[in-house]
Amino acid sequence: MSAFLSYLISGLAIGCTFALVASGFVAIHRVTRVVNFAQGTFPVVAGLTVSSMLGRGLPHGVAELIGIVLAGVIGLVVGVIAIGKRGTPTLASLVITLGLGILAYAFEIIVWGDQPVSYSMLRGAVDIGGARVAWQYFLVIGATLVTFAALGLFFTRTYLGKALSACASNPYAARLAGINPIRMGLLAFALGGLLGGLAGVLITPLQPVAFDSDVLLATSGFAAAIFGGLNSPYAALVGGLLLGVLEAFVAGYINASYQTEVAMVLIIVVMIYQASRRSTVSEEVS
Amino acid sequence: MLEVTDLVVRYGNATALDGVSLQVGEGEMVALVGPNGAGKSTLVNTLSGILRPVSGSIEVDGRLAQVPEGRQLFPDLSVADNLRLGAWRSRRRAGARDPRRIYEILPDLERMAKQPAGTLSGGQQQMVAVGRALMADPDILAVDELSLGLAPLVVADLVRHLRELNASRGTAVLLIEQNARLAFDLCERAYVLESGTITMSGSSAELSRSDAVARAYLGGLTDSEAS
Ligand SMILES: Nc1ncnc2c1ncn2[C@@H]1O[C@H](COP(=O)(O)OP(=O)(O)OP(=O)(O)O)[C@@H](O)[C@H]1O
Ligand SMILES: [Mg+2]
Repeated sequence: MSAFLSYLISGLAIGCTFALVASGFVAIHRVTRVVNFAQGTFPVVAGLTVSSMLGRGLPHGVAELIGIVLAGVIGLVVGVIAIGKRGTPTLASLVITLGLGILAYAFEIIVWGDQPVSYSMLRGAVDIGGARVAWQYFLVIGATLVTFAALGLFFTRTYLGKALSACASNPYAARLAGINPIRMGLLAFALGGLLGGLAGVLITPLQPVAFDSDVLLATSGFAAAIFGGLNSPYAALVGGLLLGVLEAFVAGYINASYQTEVAMVLIIVVMIYQASRRSTVSEEVS
Repeated sequence: MLEVTDLVVRYGNATALDGVSLQVGEGEMVALVGPNGAGKSTLVNTLSGILRPVSGSIEVDGRLAQVPEGRQLFPDLSVADNLRLGAWRSRRRAGARDPRRIYEILPDLERMAKQPAGTLSGGQQQMVAVGRALMADPDILAVDELSLGLAPLVVADLVRHLRELNASRGTAVLLIEQNARLAFDLCERAYVLESGTITMSGSSAELSRSDAVARAYLGGLTDSEAS
């Protein structure tokens, strides 16, 4: 029972970070139709940055903030290169993000080396039903929920958020109204960077991060994001939590080295399911 | 107000507009009719700055807003939000984003303010599209296919609103219409666009008496024969 509880809570926390990465995928895809293959770079850069900032004696809070903002700036840069030029085909943008993600490896290795890093944020643990659960897990869950609530308010309550949604739903009409889809796309990339950065800052104390951790993070985030067809941040949250818990149970009860495989299997299952639903609909229509 | 001179617009190698010139005067209502594929939507999209002309010039004295073909609303956003976004260009001006300005002109929209625009009927959606364009406080309104897919009574209602708007605010209108009779009724002047060039122009009365126009756009009867 106590093992079950601790797997569940740690799974939820890890799932939250997947959901944050996923919401970055969703924000970028909704506005630009580009699947950002560099999405896994943002948490990695943020995690590595915070680790070295703390190493230089910067206090908590400041270090994390720098990591997140840096990830946002990198998101913006990826956006400028991938979609900054009007008329870039979506597929070309996608390949550009893939290239940038790989290029980032080189920079990361030069700056931080190739060893995994970690740091601790919240120390201590609490006793729940006989299980010792680190406070960090609750911090991750709380921060994620607050972030999703803020995202929801941003998209549905603010004028800028509505303009972003407008670009997502009808770019032509948005342009007629004078909304610049490229600027909105860049904003989405920056937001994707910030969200990815937050995920990295939160997960590094739980799972050490190295330059190549982006694969696991991006795959898991993508698996969570396709739950809502890459278009719904809330479905991505559900997908992330589900995946996190599933992985925690697989790791706990079967074998810890199967994490990526679980995400991959989930992606395949969801995609097959969505494809079968789509063909049913088109058969009904035709 | 609007002066288009020798406009040439291409899609790749295909020429969609080949030397189009037309004028709309202050507070004037002008019709543009023509068959499918003539280049009417291409023209308004160029006026709106969505397409870039190869050559020629567009001079607009004031603001132009477009009611696009097929309404092109933001279906998941509420009617009020659709309206608000129409004011994007002037968003920093006090009160510019307040959709209540439009409810005074199109009172029906107030009831639907909170409904997602995608759930409305075609006529209601066209009303939202007009309202959204009006949020930009245009001096000239380019309406692409006002009556497309709408029942006659709904069209009559929209036409009444356009007339009122023109009378009360002096908003000029460039009306693109498949229904030439409606267009000639509403507008004092008209142009005929065919395969990317203006083939006829003049007062609506003159045009509706012309045999060529009658054959192509009025179902074979000139207006005098029809009445
Ligand atoms: N995006 C595009 N790419 C290539 N060709 C286009 C594009 N849009 C329109 N065309 C072509 O340009 C020509 C003019 O099209 P346009 O849509 O302006 O006609 P229209 O007069 O508005 O027709 P309709 O009455 O059917 O709306 C057509 O031959 C069309 O095939
Ligand atoms: Mg058209």
